[in-house]
Amino acid sequence: MELLDGELELREIQKLEGHTDRVWSLAWNPTGTGVAGMLASCSGDKTVRIWQKGPSGSWDCSAVLEDTHTRTVRSCAWSPSGKLLATASFDGTTAIWERVGGEFECVATLEGHENEVKSVSWNASGSLLATCARDKTVWIWEAQPGNEFECVSVLQGHTQDVKMVQWHPFLDVLVSVGYDNSVKVWTEDGDDDWHCVQTLGEAGSGHTSTVWALSFNSAGDRMVTCSDDLTLKIWDTSQNPSETSGDGSGSWSHLCTLSGYHDRTIFSVHWSRDGLIASGAADDAIRLFTESKDRMVDQPSYKMLVKREKAHDMDVNSVQWNLKEPKLLASASDDGTIKIWELSEVSK
Amino acid sequence: MTLGMINAHPVVHAKKERVARSEDLHSDDALDALDVFDILPPVASSICFLLDLSTELLEFDSVRDIKDPEHPYSLEQLSVLSEESIAVDEKLGRIKITFTPTVKHCSMATVIGLCLRVKLIQSFPPHFKVDINVSPGSLADEEAVNKLLNDKERVCAALENPSLRQLVDECLYSNELYSL
Repeated sequence: MELLDGELELREIQKLEGHTDRVWSLAWNPTGTGVAGMLASCSGDKTVRIWQKGPSGSWDCSAVLEDTHTRTVRSCAWSPSGKLLATASFDGTTAIWERVGGEFECVATLEGHENEVKSVSWNASGSLLATCARDKTVWIWEAQPGNEFECVSVLQGHTQDVKMVQWHPFLDVLVSVGYDNSVKVWTEDGDDDWHCVQTLGEAGSGHTSTVWALSFNSAGDRMVTCSDDLTLKIWDTSQNPSETSGDGSGSWSHLCTLSGYHDRTIFSVHWSRDGLIASGAADDAIRLFTESKDRMVDQPSYKMLVKREKAHDMDVNSVQWNLKEPKLLASASDDGTIKIWELSEVSK
Repeated sequence: MTLGMINAHPVVHAKKERVARSEDLHSDDALDALDVFDILPPVASSICFLLDLSTELLEFDSVRDIKDPEHPYSLEQLSVLSEESIAVDEKLGRIKITFTPTVKHCSMATVIGLCLRVKLIQSFPPHFKVDINVSPGSLADEEAVNKLLNDKERVCAALENPSLRQLVDECLYSNELYSL
């Protein structure tokens, strides 16, 4: 892991304009082309835009995916192969786009949710897709040959609007978070029998308002959640190795809560390969947190490393670390723009 | 919507007379509540914000004429919204509105809250952050209503619903006939 010495800051590399309404979500292509890859963004303008670094070194919009969704596109996610992009919309559908050269073609439309779909996520192998909606359910879809998708399970359990779903980095374990303030862990018993194995935070260590997002660390033994209750919570699954059944589902426990850093809703959180946690909030700021190396404390603890105020003119809805260049961060805002940032040392 | 009237006999209050805007708007002192009522949104009782009078902020007038979804009277006339309930911090770009729905079990509270939000979005610069709450004790499920009114994603989705949007637009734009 490459560590930077000295004081760090987020340096703005470029502002990407083009969307005509708020930008809700971002996703870096895991493979992509070129040095740093390809970024997908989705917006209230009902379109998805693809951005790539051009020969001049600047990021340009290389494609606009439009005339498919009839309402806000809320979330997007690339398949692990980088060939497919799933887009979730308030129109109740999830569209699957296939990348052919520089063009994108809508090859499937997943229907079934009763209302706005909020999030979509691919599992590590690309064999499963998960979606969640205001209808309080989480759907699991199986990818089949010929870009066919079959719904294999409808997960009930949340009592309100489900805001985000995210698969574990290498296990077929799904986590969902939502308006009911809960974090739920789902696994399969075999034969498409999915059920909730754990609801986090019921014993008092949980969030006290809507949980908007979650992110796993690269080792898959920790996750961070962010909430309208103005806190980030870190959860850990490595403390009770005897209780883990080897499938990653056993005993997630609360590790620590980061409070006092945010004064408005935290909409997005993302854990980088290098262990940095980025948060995007309704106070227009981006914050970075890292594990504290303080040897005085037995319990692992986290501290804020960087605070970038006025990162945007309005709420930051999404922050995403680049998967290949861990110092590159993208952010999306209500102001309709996307910004590319580079973590660097403060020049003295 | 085909709901029956929830509040068939609202109590109507006389509208406060509007004072003509004074030309002398350059005072740096804390302002008298009555003077600012017709010029700028007044301050909350326990907090005092310094307001820059030279900026073109749309005032309380912009929200108090919103029509209640069920009655032709404006929100101010029905005492849903009164002077004490708006706080604007121009420097931070924050607005906090507290409104009182006309009845305790008002299911229209969320629609009124939506109307307020849309009107404020239209009236203030886009970077302003708006918090809307029902006044404490005014509603049975006030926590649930407050949570919904301040969930940006739920508000966006609601406003994309054509029939709900139509209802909100009707409340906001048909006030001209009743502002006498």
